[in-house]
Parts: sequence; structure tokens; C-alpha cells
Amino acid sequence: MKALLTKVLNTSRYLGLIITLPSLIAIFGILLIPFVNSFSLSLYQKDLSRPHLDAFVGIGNYIKLLQDARYLNSFRITLTFSLISVFFELILGVGIALVLHQRYKGVGIARGLIILPWAMPSIVNAAMWKWIYNADYGALNAFLHQLGIIDQYQIWLANPKAALALIILANVWKETPFTAILVLAALQSIPAELYEAAKVDGASAWQRFFTITLRLILPVVMVAVLLQTIWGFQTFELAYIITGGGPFSSTELITLRIYAQTFRSLRFGYGAAMAYFTSLVLLIPAVAYIRAAYRAIVEY
Amino acid sequence: MKKWRFLILIYFLNAVIILWTVAPYLWLIISSLSYKIDLLTVPLQWIPRRLTLENYISLFVDRGSTSGNVSLFLASLRNSVIVAFSSTLLAMSLGTLAAYALARLRFPANNLILLLMMGGQMLPPIAIVIPLYVLLRSVKLLDTHIGLILVYQSFILPLVVWLLRSYFASIPSELEDAARIDGSSYVGALFRIVLPLSAPGLVSVAVFAFIASWNEYLYAFIYTNIAAKTLPVLIGEFSTKLGLEYLRIAAAGVLASLPPVLLAFIFQRYIVQGLTAGAVKG
Repeated sequence: MKALLTKVLNTSRYLGLIITLPSLIAIFGILLIPFVNSFSLSLYQKDLSRPHLDAFVGIGNYIKLLQDARYLNSFRITLTFSLISVFFELILGVGIALVLHQRYKGVGIARGLIILPWAMPSIVNAAMWKWIYNADYGALNAFLHQLGIIDQYQIWLANPKAALALIILANVWKETPFTAILVLAALQSIPAELYEAAKVDGASAWQRFFTITLRLILPVVMVAVLLQTIWGFQTFELAYIITGGGPFSSTELITLRIYAQTFRSLRFGYGAAMAYFTSLVLLIPAVAYIRAAYRAIVEY
Repeated sequence: MKKWRFLILIYFLNAVIILWTVAPYLWLIISSLSYKIDLLTVPLQWIPRRLTLENYISLFVDRGSTSGNVSLFLASLRNSVIVAFSSTLLAMSLGTLAAYALARLRFPANNLILLLMMGGQMLPPIAIVIPLYVLLRSVKLLDTHIGLILVYQSFILPLVVWLLRSYFASIPSELEDAARIDGSSYVGALFRIVLPLSAPGLVSVAVFAFIASWNEYLYAFIYTNIAAKTLPVLIGEFSTKLGLEYLRIAAAGVLASLPPVLLAFIFQRYIVQGLTAGAVKG
């Protein structure tokens, strides 16, 4: 018996499976099985408030979904929110990384501080910006007023366009450091010899920037863009706290819609269909990201 | 001459970056230390002439409520501490073993498992939040610490396995090989050689896991109600309720953000390494 145990513990193929098993069970139990459950749930009408009507409806929920103006609206808003956020996170992130990559006195302070928005709880970020956007005491109004840009305090969050823009601003502030940190690390891994060789060959500063710097940070930038798009689609608390989805559903992100349908209206089947459909859309960037990352690991 | 102009530009941009990064948070801190009346003045005084701790004190002392009640804030703080520490501990215990196996041992399907971990990390929480709710309800784990700790494994465990795997893989295996030749088992080598050598990696991954669970909102918001309500959920409730004191929310926000922010500053170097390892490699 003891000999058998020793043998199992010393054979890499048995031991490997045994010590991976607890994690695997956890991942299956709380991640993969629920994900599959979510799909089967989406094929049912399951209203907790009207249990007698529960029935299998096949793809009925999905057909309903594609005709649901409010869902389609939230999808469009989420897409706008994510793409504009990612665009600014990319521009600002790369810009910040390029500045922090320079060698000057005090660069360490900025490199250190940049991590602050990343580390903050997203709920505190939401509450913080809500406070800044406050119509009566908000720092935004005070700031714009003192600069002379506005002559009266504005109720920003009552304006649909401004509300969406301000939520994007809050998101960009929190998410930009991630891109900046990734790009900065990529910049620092470019060997200096490359630049020197290009210099010897007579390449101008701009040529060096485009042919060396941009080309070598491109893979990292792609990773950041994919991840930030995925995360953008999952944003919930920013809109939930700052605007509650209003005014006139102008900031109603998909996650808010799913939450309202599932946990307020108690339509679990329909909510699951919404969530599942959204995840399927996210599968495209997720697979692209996983392929890139997985290749990097298996190769080395 | 040209060099000077460049330096001035860099310092200007540096100042803009610092201001953009710090100003909103600084304003939250200033607000949390201010009297409400001082914030009403037009034009606004950015640097207040007097400060107060009243907003903080009001979080810890329940004024006007029935006697003997722990304040809402303290109760949530306690829940947050319990959930974040336990989730981290559980994920580290399970994840260390799996990460070691994935980094060092050859066994069937190890690449598939790696892929599952990474795929799991990408699954949007909103896609599993509904079936998990049904599951937690059926096993009576809604609004409990244990329920939340288990749910948190869904995003912490893949993260821990992923980061630790690449950390273990970066340690040369010669020492382990030597120990194995001397008759040590794999598990013996893990505990006597790999783990002590990986102490910095273990700490940084634990910090990651702690920050992730401390900051989590969506699951806690949906699965907890009274008994296990965490700090983020309480802050969310504070800030969606009309008429609640903004400055108290500011104070609660500052306190809730202190642990992750301080940890991030202290473990800066490791966090940056982890972020890049987690993103470039997965």
C-alpha cells in the first residue's frame, strides 16, 4: 500500500493529475458548468415571479432578444462606450508610456503614481467621479467655471450625450494605466543596439520611431486593446452608480439591462439569453487574445 | 538648445501625467476631510482652510441608531477582510499545487488544463452570474461568506495558477533535480526547494489575489444582502441612495481604497511584472 502510494507520488503523470484536481474541480464547478448551465437556462422561459409559466422555448428568447429595442439600444451603447474608451486608453496609454520611458530626474515618481487608478476599487472610482460630476458641489463644474469655460453650473448627468462622455472619461481614467504599464514594459525591453544600428544606417528619429518602436510594441498594444475591449463590455458599476443607466437609457450598458431583466424583473431565462448572447460576441476578441497568449507560452 | 526644449517638454508632460493621475483621487481625499459648508463656496477653494475628521468618525460611530449595533461600515469592513483573506488563502493553496504541476510535471492534458484556466479568465462574469445565483440559492449559500469565497475562486484561482505557473517555470530546475536524485519526492522538492525560492513570487501573486477580491463588486452586489455585505457593496448603496452625505461616502471610499492602493505602491515592481506576465503570456 505504502509502496503504491510512493510510486503514485513519484510518477509525474499521476501526481500531476492528482495535485491539479482540486483546482480543476473548482474551475469546473464555479466557472465552466455554470457557463454551460447559463446556455440551457437561456432556452427556457423561467420567470421567478410567474413559475407556473416556466417552459422550454428553444431559441425563443434569442429571437425575442433581437427584436428587443431596449436590448439592442444597450448593445449599441456598450459598443460605443467600449470602442471610444479603448481608443483613448490606447492613445493616452502609449503617450504616457513614451514619456515615462524617457530618462529624467523624477521619472520614478510618475512611474510609481501611475498604478494608483489601476489599484483603486472600481466602486470607489464610480463614487469618486459621481462626486466630481455633482451639479452643486462638483469639482468639474467648479473647475470649468473658474477657467471661464461655463458661466453657470451645469447638471451634466441630465444630458444624455454628456452623461455617456463622462462615464467614458471615468473609465478611461481607471483603465489607461494598465495599457501604459504594459507598453512601458515593452518599450524597456527593446534593446538599445537596435536604435544605434539604425542610427548608423542613417535612419532619422521619426524613421526609428516608426520602424523600431511602434513595430516592436505592436503585439503588446494588440493585447491591451483586446483585453480592454473585453473589460469594457463587462463594465457595470460605473454606469450603475453614476447614472443608473439614464437619462433616457442613454448610458444603459448591457450589463445594466441584464441585471434589471434578471434580478429586478426576475426573468432568469431571458436574462441568461442576453448574457449568453453578449458573451458570444466577446468570444471573438477573447479567442484572438487566448491564441496569442497561448502560443507565446507553448512555444517557450 | 534643442536638448533644453526637449527637457522642458518632457517635464511639462510629466506634470500633466501626474496631475491627471492624482487630481481626482486627491480631490476625494480633500473632500473626505472637509466641512460640507466649505465646499459650497463659489469659486471653490481647492485647498480648504480647515480640516475635520468628522466624516471618518461618523463611519465608525453609529449616531442616533439603536444602542449596541455595530456600525454598517464596521460590519462590511469585517466581511471584506474575511472574504478577501479567505479567498486569497484558498486560491493560493489550490493554485500553488496546480501551478507547480503545470510548470514542472508532464502529465496527460496539461496543455488543455492550461487552456481551460486561461479561457476561464476570459469568461465574462455576467455570463455565469445568473446560474451561480440559482446554484447558491439551492445550497443556501446566498449572503454567506463561504458562498462568496467559493464564487471568488472563479476569477482568483485562474489568475493565481496562471501567474504562479510562469513564476515556477522561470526558476531553474537543477536544484530540484539534485534533490530528486537524493531521493526527495516531487512534493518534497516543492515544499523544501521551490516554495522557499519562490517567496517573492508567492507574495506578489497573493497581493494580486487580495486586491482582486477586495475590489470585487458585481458578485458581492448580487449575492450578498445583509449578513455578508462587503465594503464595495456598502459604498455602492451609499452612493445610489439620495440625500446621503457625500462626504461620508468620500471618507468610506478613501478607507476602502487604502489597502489595495498601499499594497500596489509597496509591491509596485512585482505588480508591474505580474501585469506584463499576465498579459503578454496570458
